Amino acid sequence: MTEPARLEPPVTEEAEPFWDATRRQELALPWCRHCQRPFWYPRPVCPTCLSPDVEWRPSSGRGQVYAVSVMHRPSNPSMAERVPYAVALIDLDDGVRMMSNVVGVEAERVEVGMDVTLTWEPLSDGRHLPLFAPVV
Amino acid sequence: MVREALDDAGLALTDVDALFASGEAMGLAEFLGIQPRWLDSTMTGGSSFEFHVQHAAAAIALGLCDVAVSVYASTPHSDSKRARSRPGGPGGGPGGGGGWRPMGPYPAMAWELPYGLRMPIGAYALAASRHMAQFGTTSEQLAQIAVSTREWATRNPRARFREPLTIDEVLASEYICTPLHKLGCCLRTDGAGAFVMASAERARHLAKPPVYVLGVGSAASHSIISQMPDLTVTATSVAGGIAFDMAGIEHRDVDLLMLYDSFTITTLLLIEDLGFCKKGEGGPFAEDGKLGPVGSLPTNTHGGGLSYTHPGMYGIFLLVEAARQVRGEAGDRQLPRCDVAVASGSGGVLSAMSTCVLGSEAAL
Repeated sequence: MTEPARLEPPVTEEAEPFWDATRRQELALPWCRHCQRPFWYPRPVCPTCLSPDVEWRPSSGRGQVYAVSVMHRPSNPSMAERVPYAVALIDLDDGVRMMSNVVGVEAERVEVGMDVTLTWEPLSDGRHLPLFAPVV
Repeated sequence: MVREALDDAGLALTDVDALFASGEAMGLAEFLGIQPRWLDSTMTGGSSFEFHVQHAAAAIALGLCDVAVSVYASTPHSDSKRARSRPGGPGGGPGGGGGWRPMGPYPAMAWELPYGLRMPIGAYALAASRHMAQFGTTSEQLAQIAVSTREWATRNPRARFREPLTIDEVLASEYICTPLHKLGCCLRTDGAGAFVMASAERARHLAKPPVYVLGVGSAASHSIISQMPDLTVTATSVAGGIAFDMAGIEHRDVDLLMLYDSFTITTLLLIEDLGFCKKGEGGPFAEDGKLGPVGSLPTNTHGGGLSYTHPGMYGIFLLVEAARQVRGEAGDRQLPRCDVAVASGSGGVLSAMSTCVLGSEAAL
């Protein structure tokens, strides 16, 4: 089934490497070379030490659901046909937390603590949006 | 509203030399035709007015101003009715006139908005989901908070909802974002409020007995919900401690709790973070109805954002009700004794938190 177009995020300068990687369906995370830790979301400096020495490393793409809410009403018209859908905060094994959707399962069955793995949804310009699905 | 607050205090507009508004202080000063020497547009969402109390107290203590006014007015209910009556409906899409900004007010929201989290309720729903999974908090326990708050609202002639409510009714109301039911969410009303602050010395000679600011604390932990370090712990755990220490009070001293109740989970988190029970025990703590009129910890006596009013930035109504209770002006819902009231605001999505301890002359 083709999903309707959703809200597409802009490509900001600090996030360009992230979006470029999604064209290859690779999840890249910004790492601070000074702290030797990843951070999320992409910023021009590390939010722990403010170092501008940031590099991009591939993510494992695995994680767990930290919190989840099922939308019974859409947040905006582009999501209307997806209701009900699960919005979750995902704790990646890499050590960062990001918001995403958990797909490939009935929304009501998504639970806190569920193991999930990366999947992708194409955007209109060749980029992809990272989503997650239960580990089978 | 400014005139009503000044009349209540026995002051005139010409006495005002400090003006506070959540984002619009400069324009408001011009509108009122005054030239304040302290101008404060601190906008932290719903907690803005608790922050204003903190800033006004500091400015007055430093002699930087004498009479401060903070005011809020908003008409989202009427605005949406007007929007619905226009051709094309209430908007909700690009250019639709609903105030919908594709990427939100903060650039970082680009990392959340594509996923369709309904705001602000979805952020609180995530917090509730985490609290339930981590601590076993139940939907019934959350619903009890709405029920207790409604019990208070039945005593407030100005409350939007005044019919008694049951847990079953809350649980039968529709899900908007699980695990939150519609009746566990705040209203969307028109509303306005204002307060006047002056030094204790000056306030003693004004029209009404003063309500003293005994302590204030603020803290902030994030802006967007995916950056909140722990969805079960708000920065009120810091702000409340600062306020209680400054006031020199213990929990048993508190006669009234005014807790921001945008959603039932907000109240529950604030009870825990202020230390009225241990972290994670807010559900069992509230489930016996102790927050209601026959309970041991009167909370949100005007009916709260859940049943009285919620025009958007609701924090001003916490302060107004606290002042009314301390002064004995709360009518049918008046507490037999109210010498110490705690007003704890939440702004953003559990982001910027501020707690005020207010009290009567007897509490000094």
